[in-house]
Amino acid sequence: MAEVAPKSVLYCKICSWPPEYCEFGSSFKRCQAWLQENNEDLYNQLYSNANLSNQLSSLSIEKEAKLSADLEKKQAKEEAKAEKELAKKLMSKITIKRIERNKRKHIISISGMEVLEMDLKKICKTFANKFATGSTVQKNAEGKNDILIQGDVSDEAKEIIEKLLTEQGLKDVKIEQVDDKKIKKKQAAQTQTK
Amino acid sequence: MFKKFSKEEIHSRSNIKSSVQRGLKANFVSLYPNIEQAIDLVIPKKSQVILIKCEDKIQLYSVDKSDEDGENREIVMFQHFNDDLVPTLTTIHKFPEAFPRVQVDRGAIKFVLGGANIMCPGLTSPGAKLPDENIEEGKIVTVYAEGKEHALAVGKLLMSTDDIKSKNKGHGVELIHYLGDGLWNYHD
Repeated sequence: MAEVAPKSVLYCKICSWPPEYCEFGSSFKRCQAWLQENNEDLYNQLYSNANLSNQLSSLSIEKEAKLSADLEKKQAKEEAKAEKELAKKLMSKITIKRIERNKRKHIISISGMEVLEMDLKKICKTFANKFATGSTVQKNAEGKNDILIQGDVSDEAKEIIEKLLTEQGLKDVKIEQVDDKKIKKKQAAQTQTK
Repeated sequence: MFKKFSKEEIHSRSNIKSSVQRGLKANFVSLYPNIEQAIDLVIPKKSQVILIKCEDKIQLYSVDKSDEDGENREIVMFQHFNDDLVPTLTTIHKFPEAFPRVQVDRGAIKFVLGGANIMCPGLTSPGAKLPDENIEEGKIVTVYAEGKEHALAVGKLLMSTDDIKSKNKGHGVELIHYLGDGLWNYHD
């Protein structure tokens, strides 16, 4: 039986489509730049002038113009949307909360991890492995998923999260460390003495 | 089918038995005879296939990826309830000759990438291509585009290609899976 070798297809790292479809995506300009950098042959093949005129083949010029105008509009829209989303992401923050369980024991609750766009369960598992403690994903009052880690590991957890953030280029996301029970208790004590 | 698809819709994943795996391969070959020579490359003999069951009776089959590209598992085909097995676009890109193909004109690309069903005129206009021999209704076809090399979608014929040519009206292909949909963007 003769084996047929699989065809290897290059995919655009930006929009994940084969490069020839980049022009229909939402990030055409970035795709183009990426292709030029990484595969110049194909770039020239796709975007040289001679080829562009070829593509017009079956559609009338008017139609083609309309098509490209529509696409451009859409691309601009999508880009604005993506930018907004990124800004929103950078605005959000991750909260590491240290909750007192009894006098010497603590639980760490991490909320706001959605920005990472990673499987929370997987992150949870890495935490559990790293600290050799129990770790769960739980829904909080707002209906978002929190990671709960048994043990007082907030500093270490912060380091790991920072690493993950830099990997994804979200360095600017703030991480806040909160000590939950103690503050409340102090406040309660203060109000009582007053 | 996969316009909206995310990890939340996955119910369970399980390894399938090697005998079931063999059956799956036989089934796939019987649907697409041309892939017979390459079936061991789609699903290698020693590999473990994982069946991922999802919402709405969608079943995905994933295998170990042969090339090193970060992610190590890849979905090669999927099935809805008891319908025909459908190869994913990554599989189609690797073995383009193995599947029946239709071609749409340039004007239709935009809509196809948005997930729309393909209308007959988009399949019969000068830029489009239909195979000479008839393909029956309900068969799975891969969708190509004018001036492009790679497939951009997979769909199910809503009428036979002969009917598409003669009637030239209405929905011709029901789009199942296309570039940029939930399944395409899904990674393990």
